[in-house]
Amino acid sequence: MYVAVKGGERAIDNAHAFLAEDRRGDPQVAELSVAQIREQLRLAVNRVMAEGSLFDPDLAALAIKQARGDLIEAVFLIRAYRTTLPRLGASNPVDTAQMAVVRRVSATFKDLPGGQVLGPTFDYTHRLLDFKLAADGQVPPAPTAPVSAEKVPHVTEFLNRDGLIEAEPQSDAVPPDLTREPMELPTSRALRLQAITRGDEGFILSMAYSTQRGYGRTHAFVGELRIGAVAVEMDIPELGFSVEIGEIELSECETVNQFKGSKTEPPQFTRGYGLVFGQSERKAIAMSLVDRALRWKELGEDNIGAPAQDEEFVLMHADNIQATGFLEHIKLPHYVDFQAELELVRRLRADAATMQEAAK
Amino acid sequence: MTDQAYNFAYLDEQTKRMIRRAILKGIAVPGYQVPFASREMPMPYGWGTGGVQVTAACLVPEDCLKVIDQGADDTTNAVSIRKFFQRTAGVAVTEATADASVIQTRHRIPELPLREGQILVYQVPIPEPLRFLEPRETETRKMHSLEEYGLMHVKLYEDIARHGQIATSYAYPVKVEGRYVMDPSPIPKFDNPKLSGSAALQLFGAGREQRIYAVPPYTSVVSLDFEDHPFVAGKAPHDCDLCGATDSYLDEVIVDDAGGRMFVCSDTDFCRGRKDAGHIGRLGVQTDGGA
Repeated sequence: MYVAVKGGERAIDNAHAFLAEDRRGDPQVAELSVAQIREQLRLAVNRVMAEGSLFDPDLAALAIKQARGDLIEAVFLIRAYRTTLPRLGASNPVDTAQMAVVRRVSATFKDLPGGQVLGPTFDYTHRLLDFKLAADGQVPPAPTAPVSAEKVPHVTEFLNRDGLIEAEPQSDAVPPDLTREPMELPTSRALRLQAITRGDEGFILSMAYSTQRGYGRTHAFVGELRIGAVAVEMDIPELGFSVEIGEIELSECETVNQFKGSKTEPPQFTRGYGLVFGQSERKAIAMSLVDRALRWKELGEDNIGAPAQDEEFVLMHADNIQATGFLEHIKLPHYVDFQAELELVRRLRADAATMQEAAK
Repeated sequence: MTDQAYNFAYLDEQTKRMIRRAILKGIAVPGYQVPFASREMPMPYGWGTGGVQVTAACLVPEDCLKVIDQGADDTTNAVSIRKFFQRTAGVAVTEATADASVIQTRHRIPELPLREGQILVYQVPIPEPLRFLEPRETETRKMHSLEEYGLMHVKLYEDIARHGQIATSYAYPVKVEGRYVMDPSPIPKFDNPKLSGSAALQLFGAGREQRIYAVPPYTSVVSLDFEDHPFVAGKAPHDCDLCGATDSYLDEVIVDDAGGRMFVCSDTDFCRGRKDAGHIGRLGVQTDGGA
């Protein structure tokens, strides 16, 4: 005999216990510490901080551990934590020209003030599995160079001096906050950049890639990619001056885009901009391409109907926490709606059968 | 036991104030989708984050909360949401529709008519009734402001032309107080008549889509139809096999691998109430009442 299913509560508790045990894995194998994740899976930590919109390597590492390495789940943990934090104030804009760069490359000039600095990059590694790592992770210390006092100005500033690149309008307006106001379309560039920098790396990458393949091509050069630490300063009203409250690592990419001019703008180079927490250069480059593609209207370019030109399409689908939630919710019970559909299909089939009978 | 690390009902008071403003605006303009700055909640989008935020903004310590999913109090997600509010707000909870002051629901309206003073909070996945006719929010907002609902009528007409009837069985569009076309959330169209003239306040929360809307008490809610094809609230042509109810919405349950099936009330509280009152369906057994 049928008995209505009970015990949802016990099932949930047991599932959580099972999950905790599975997370730990084989107890014979040493447990990962949060510090190990923070230090040795740093790029995963960076991604979680970027998409979680919270710069805290320890919390991001904890989230990765708790999420069993599922980075989207880890981003979700960080977002849900972040939203409960009180807003104490806003920092001053960070000055990336003063960045202590560990990596800085330009694809547009062979040499330039501040130099090309490769830094810790995979770029010229041969992608051969290193079986030594499976046995022993010891590495000899890398060679070091003395800290350079040379300034590292932005590449686009050189072009700007000659009027070859569009001027970036300065504004002290308070930018809108995506996490505190509902998104209203059309948006501003500031809001778009906010949405893209916390957007899913895979989605932003594919959108950027699509522009390179002709769906809204923007002829981008990486004018400059820089990664390093910047100081975060905050004005303290009681003191009357700003105080450094910490530093964060950022990846910044500025693209220089060929532009033949339009009805409203003269021929000049134009800009795309990417700024992401941590060493996340793939995301920073992709972000700058998508930013540039979305600027077609202000630059008087044609909308060719490419997905990456479509602000609503890009912004409404870039957030992986929203996307994964809505996608995965279809595994929740839908008995009631499915029952309604069953009845509808049965009725339609009955009608169709009656009509076929009548036609005979 | 409440979790002292968080504010009453999880959300901070500023956020609740923001949500309450959106709710009040929604009540003032019935059926209009009010944008609100939806927060990330500790459960995923799609699990009812909109409903949870609306409930959190409505709850006061004296409230008695009921949570249902698919009409049932014991489905896993209903259990999970009820537990969340027990933990963060410490409010009383109930499975009895009549005893609840706030009811959060997914996909159903309780069978028992609601009374004045009750709040029914719906979880909404896609608040925009025109979304699948026009994917752009910028366009659909314009259509609502101009009361331009021709596209929806064309869709319903095309259904009739192709299938002889309107082929929408749930999330059936309604018009609220003669003005806004509204998505009633994915409730079966069987429930649509209960939307209209209800004594309770009905609130709709869509977290991911950042929208709140409302149907105030005693508001007219009309399911869209045509004079020659009037709206029909449909259900399976059976009685409940446990309590014998003839007028409740039914779940279909497969009971063996030979195609055997039975039909039971989707509203578990309603079904239990009838069984306790001595009603027995085809496959039901006598309960001792009050069990």
